[in-house]
This record gives sequence, C-alpha cells and structure tokens, in this order.
Amino acid sequence: MKKHLISAADLSREDALRILDTAEELAQVSERSIKKLPTLRGRTVVNLFFEDSTRTRISFEAAAKRLSADVINFSAKGSSVSKGESLKDTALTLQAMGADAVVIRHGASGAPQNLTQWVSGSVVNAGDGTHEHPTQALLDAFTMRRRLGDLAGRRVAIVGDVLHSRVARSNVLLLHTLGAQVTLVAPPTLLPVAVDAWPCEVSYDLDAVLPKSDVVMMLRVQQERMNAAFFPSAREYSRRYGLDRDRMARIHDDAIVMHPGPMNRGMEIAAEVADSARSTIVEQVANGVTVRMAVLYLLLGGSEPAIGGTL
Amino acid sequence: MSITIKNARILGGDPADIRIENGAVAEIGTGLSGGETVDADGLVALPGLVDLHTHLREPGREDAETVETGTRAAARGGYTAVHAMANTSPVADTAGVVEQVWRLGQEAGHCDVQPVGAVTIGLKGERLAELGAMADSAARVRVFSDDGLCVNDAVLMRRALEYVKAFDGVVAQHAQEPRLTEGAQMNEGEVSGRLGLAGWPAAAEEAIIARDCLLAAHVGSRLHVCHVSTAGSVEIIRWAKSKGWNVTAEVTPHHLLLTDERAETYDPIYKVNPPLRTAEDVSALRAALADGTIDCVATDHAPHPVEDKETEWAAAAMGMIGLETALSVVQETMVDTGLLDWAGVADRMSYRPARIGRLTGHGRAIEAGAPANITLYDPSVRETVDPTAFASRSRNTPYIGMSLPGRVVATFLRGRPTVLEGKIA
Ligand SMILES: [Zn+2]
Repeated sequence: MKKHLISAADLSREDALRILDTAEELAQVSERSIKKLPTLRGRTVVNLFFEDSTRTRISFEAAAKRLSADVINFSAKGSSVSKGESLKDTALTLQAMGADAVVIRHGASGAPQNLTQWVSGSVVNAGDGTHEHPTQALLDAFTMRRRLGDLAGRRVAIVGDVLHSRVARSNVLLLHTLGAQVTLVAPPTLLPVAVDAWPCEVSYDLDAVLPKSDVVMMLRVQQERMNAAFFPSAREYSRRYGLDRDRMARIHDDAIVMHPGPMNRGMEIAAEVADSARSTIVEQVANGVTVRMAVLYLLLGGSEPAIGGTL
Repeated sequence: MSITIKNARILGGDPADIRIENGAVAEIGTGLSGGETVDADGLVALPGLVDLHTHLREPGREDAETVETGTRAAARGGYTAVHAMANTSPVADTAGVVEQVWRLGQEAGHCDVQPVGAVTIGLKGERLAELGAMADSAARVRVFSDDGLCVNDAVLMRRALEYVKAFDGVVAQHAQEPRLTEGAQMNEGEVSGRLGLAGWPAAAEEAIIARDCLLAAHVGSRLHVCHVSTAGSVEIIRWAKSKGWNVTAEVTPHHLLLTDERAETYDPIYKVNPPLRTAEDVSALRAALADGTIDCVATDHAPHPVEDKETEWAAAAMGMIGLETALSVVQETMVDTGLLDWAGVADRMSYRPARIGRLTGHGRAIEAGAPANITLYDPSVRETVDPTAFASRSRNTPYIGMSLPGRVVATFLRGRPTVLEGKIA
C-alpha cells in the first residue's frame, strides 16, 4: 500500500482486497463483542475537519479508538482558519505534535494532497471538495461484497449529481479496480464534460439502467443546484432521476439500494425505498467504522497483528 | 559613450561587429573597434525584447514586485521595454497613476516602462476611465486594458474600441466570459473532471474573442487579444485576420509549453488565468505563433508572494512569473522545434509587440541609426531553472527545476548595458 490514501486510484486490486478482507475479520471480531483492540496503542490519529461532517468524523474517531489509538479532533470549521496558509500552519502544528496519521476533510479539492508536503505521517482523505472520498468507496464496496459476494462482473448504477460528487469519483475508480461494471446515470448537466474518459458507462435514462443493475447507488442532490440551472425543478429531477416505489419495482429481486447519506428523502430517494429491506443505508454506517479501522491499521502498519495473531 | 560588440550573430546570421555610439547603432561590419569591447562570440544578437503584458504590482503590492525589481527581472530576460498592466492598487485609471508608474520606470532605469491604462474606472466594467487624459499624459498611454478582468459589457467594449481611435490606441482584452467561469479553477476537460476542480471552458474565451473581433470590425478599431490560450481562439483570430480586420494577439510562454496535466499535483504554482490547456491547444498556439496568426509572445509576468501560492489550489492566487524565462521557453518551444528562426523571434518578441504598443523607440532592426536596444543571447547552454537566482521579488515560476535552453548574457538599453555577464549592470 502507498503511504497515503488520497484517491481510490492509489489502491491496487490487491490493496483494495486486503483492506476489505481485513475489514471482514475486524467485523467478525466486533460481532463477537470485542470492541477494542490494542493494535495502535501509543499512536496518534488526528481528525482534521475543515468542513462539518459529524458522521464521518465520528466514524473515523470510533475506528481509531477501537484500535486503541490516541485521537485528537481538530475542527477548523468556524475558527479563523479559512485560507490555505492556515492549512500549512495547521499541518506544521500537527507535525510538531507527532501525528502518525492525519484524517482530513476539506472543502477544497486537493487539500489532502497538499497536506502530504507538510506532515510526515500518513494522510487519509476523508473527503476533499468535489474530488474524492476513498474510504466511502471502500465501505460501499465492503457493503456490496457482504450482500452480493465477489464484485467482479457486478453491475453498479451510480445515480445523481456526479459532477459535484466525491463519492462518485472514488466509487468509479475503486469499483473498476475490483472488476465491477459501473454506469453513471444523471442529467447531462450533472456529468463532467469529459466523463467519456472515465472507466465506466454513462446513461441519461434511469429506467433503462435499473433492470440490469445489481446495485443502485443514489447520490445526494442539493436543491441549490436548481438555482444554478443544473435542472429545472426538484420535482422534475425527482420524476426523472429519483428512486421511488414504482422504479423500485423495476429492480431485480437481489439488487440492493445504497446511499452515502445524508439523504434528501422525497428528492433522490423515496422514504419507503430508503427504509426497505433492499436498502443498505444503515449497514453502510456500521461498515464505515470497520473499513476505516482496516485502513488505519494497514496504513499505520501496526507492528502487531490487527487481531491477536489471526492476521 | 561608445561600445563595440564583437562577433555577434545578428538574428542568428554570420558574426559581425556592432559599434554603438551615443545610444544608437553607429555601424555594423567586421573589424570594428571603439570604446569598450563586449565579446559576443557565439552569441545571437536580438533587438531588445518588448513585453506587452507585465504585472509590476507597484503601486499596491510591493510585497510581490516593484517597478525596480520587476524591471531588473525584465532586463535579465532580455527586455528593454515592458507594458505595465493597470490592475494595481490604486488602479492605473488616471493620468496621475500612469505618470507615477512611468516615472518609477525612468528612475529604475533597467528598461522602459510603458504603463497600460485601465479601460474602466477601478476595473469595474461600469464607466470608461479618462482614456484621453492618460493618452495625453507624460506616460503617453496607447494600450488600454482591464486585464485580470474582461470588459464584459458589449456596449462598453464597443465604446472603448471606438474612443481610443482618436489617439491611435488599442484595447487589449482579457477574454473571459464571467458567468461561464464563476469559480473556475482550471481548464475544463478530462483533467478537471478527474481532479474535481471547477472548469474554465475554452468557449468562455472564444465567445468573447469572436464578439470583440466583430465589434472591432464594425467600428473600424484596433483590438488586441491578451494571452490567447485555446485552439478555437486561434481559429477565430485567423478568420478575423483573413477578413482584413485590425486584430492582433499574444500568447504567453507558459501556454506554449505547459498543459493542464500539471494540475494533477494540485500544486498551485500551475494555477494561472487563463488556465493551462491541452496538448492540442499548445500545438495550435505554436503553429499560430509560427505563421503569424498570433503576433507576439507576451509574458503575463504575474508575481505573487509565497503565501499566496503555498495553499490549497482553490485558495491560491492565479498567475506565474515569466520575464526571466520567456526567451528560453521560446527557444525550447519555437526555435529548437524549427518553427521559428531568430529573425522570427525578433519579430514576435520585439518588432510586433512594439508596433502594437506604438513604441517608436523599440522594436527596430539592429542597423545603423536605430536606437541601440540589443539583447545578446547564448542559445548553446542548458540550465536548470533556479528561482533563487531571479531578480524578481517573487518566486512563482512553473519552471522550477526544469532544464531550459539558453541564457541572456547582456542587454543594452539605448547603448547602456543593463545586464552584463547575465547580471544586472
Ligand atoms: Zn489577463
């Protein structure tokens, strides 16, 4: 594995499978109700969050704590920190504190990459601007694997605001690495101009894609996009690209429905769909902790096995 | 004061001696002598370079550059005249400010500083600045530009183009449709999509250029297009010129060499406006400079202090310095590739920009009677770009660590050396 996890493209197929397999073992351990492992005792993990994301921060924090790491939460949101010179200054502070890993969430694409110049520990991208969110893709792949088995040849539809989605970027890259076939479904305004260069297919027609999908991943669509004319109205968006009960009927019986959260119920996904048995939304949250444990363990190269001698 | 330059290859030709007397070229021949001797064995002699697009940052951002440091950088780059852009603080939108910049240039003495006047008051794009007053001032402004911002209002642009005809001025447009580029971070294309950086589409440049060419033709004015960056812009300018319209254009060295793939590191040293484009754009720009569709090379030298570049991409300032590397980049991209000979370089980096800016004392062939504005250049060396050696106050060069050919050995401004042995004289 590379030292940092900035992009899903940093992971070879072997790396990705190693993370998923490690996460699987960790999940089994925590299902046996051993909540805490000594693996990263004495190591320091800093959560550096420039954007509000309680869910992701808590997930990383729980992951690090279950591995017995010391966790420092550094929330830059709302403080005087707003420009990048502060990113550098903050990084130098963390460096002085001896952070072994820095988990960073930042509103600017590329900020985790910039951070690698200034800290000596591993940098984990917990979401940067409209670039990537690789641990989300890993937890999504983990969730899919638990439900569907091997992902090679599986068909995954990713539906919604691909243009602004770091989740979509990371998922396309990771799922391609794992041999799945991805189809992006969105109105043309919410796709990047050169999306044909991505390792996936593209469709504007959700109804045509649904019947052949094993996984339907709905992306959050912000209503503000409407004001920038990406689509005419929330209602029209919902009608053409929302996953409602009628559309659910077109999905085959074993297919699953995913959402990275937070959801706009009634916009991109109907409440009864989100709450149905096909939905993995709650599992995704639980799996997030396990997958992030695996990532931190493997990046920090814990000298001890993750789980007393079994790995 | 007299100087004899020995064995210089004028525009790359056979070695000849150039005798300089009282600021002018007195004689060209062989076996000349008189006054101090400068050995130019193996060096190419070019007419002093003229930059149509320099940000000297003074007044207002003296932490990034001053007229003194910027003109030292210009001299080291082989320039004898630079056009100082108007986006200073205060903006160069009055006779007072342009005269101040002009005087600072005179006092510095490293090269002539020809101020550019703002088109609109405060670069706000609302009301015309007093263009006539700036033209009539001691600075004798002929080039007007809101550079950094586009004169977006079509009526205002039309009026500006018309108005400057009264004093043979030209409007230099920074072509950027503002709505299409809100929040734009880099060229919109495959790389921007992958990096998740908001795109700056080529069409936002091309749409303004097309409109302005039509306006210039309609009112019979001169239009100059700043920093052309796309293949589509080249096609539009070629079409406008084929109609006989009075349109000129410039390209920067960085757009001749670098592509948007540089952004993959997220190092804001590559963040510039207009952004670095694709390899296809680069080859179209080179071809256009070679065939004269693009008239000249202009640096868009844009100094920024370190802290404005040591940030995440979106927060970083746009722009790169270029005065001290321009000729080397032109050698690398145009001469060593066989697209231009040294006579072509003289045309694109001295004659034509001087003509566009209406500078009568610059951009003249090296011949008896002409002002002795001369650059001696050694094209045979290759050096690694080291910004700590620059005269510029800023260090934001995208070429750091790259190997580039050539070196300016000496620069003469009206017979007086401003650079000798590569150092400020
Ligand atoms: Zn400009």
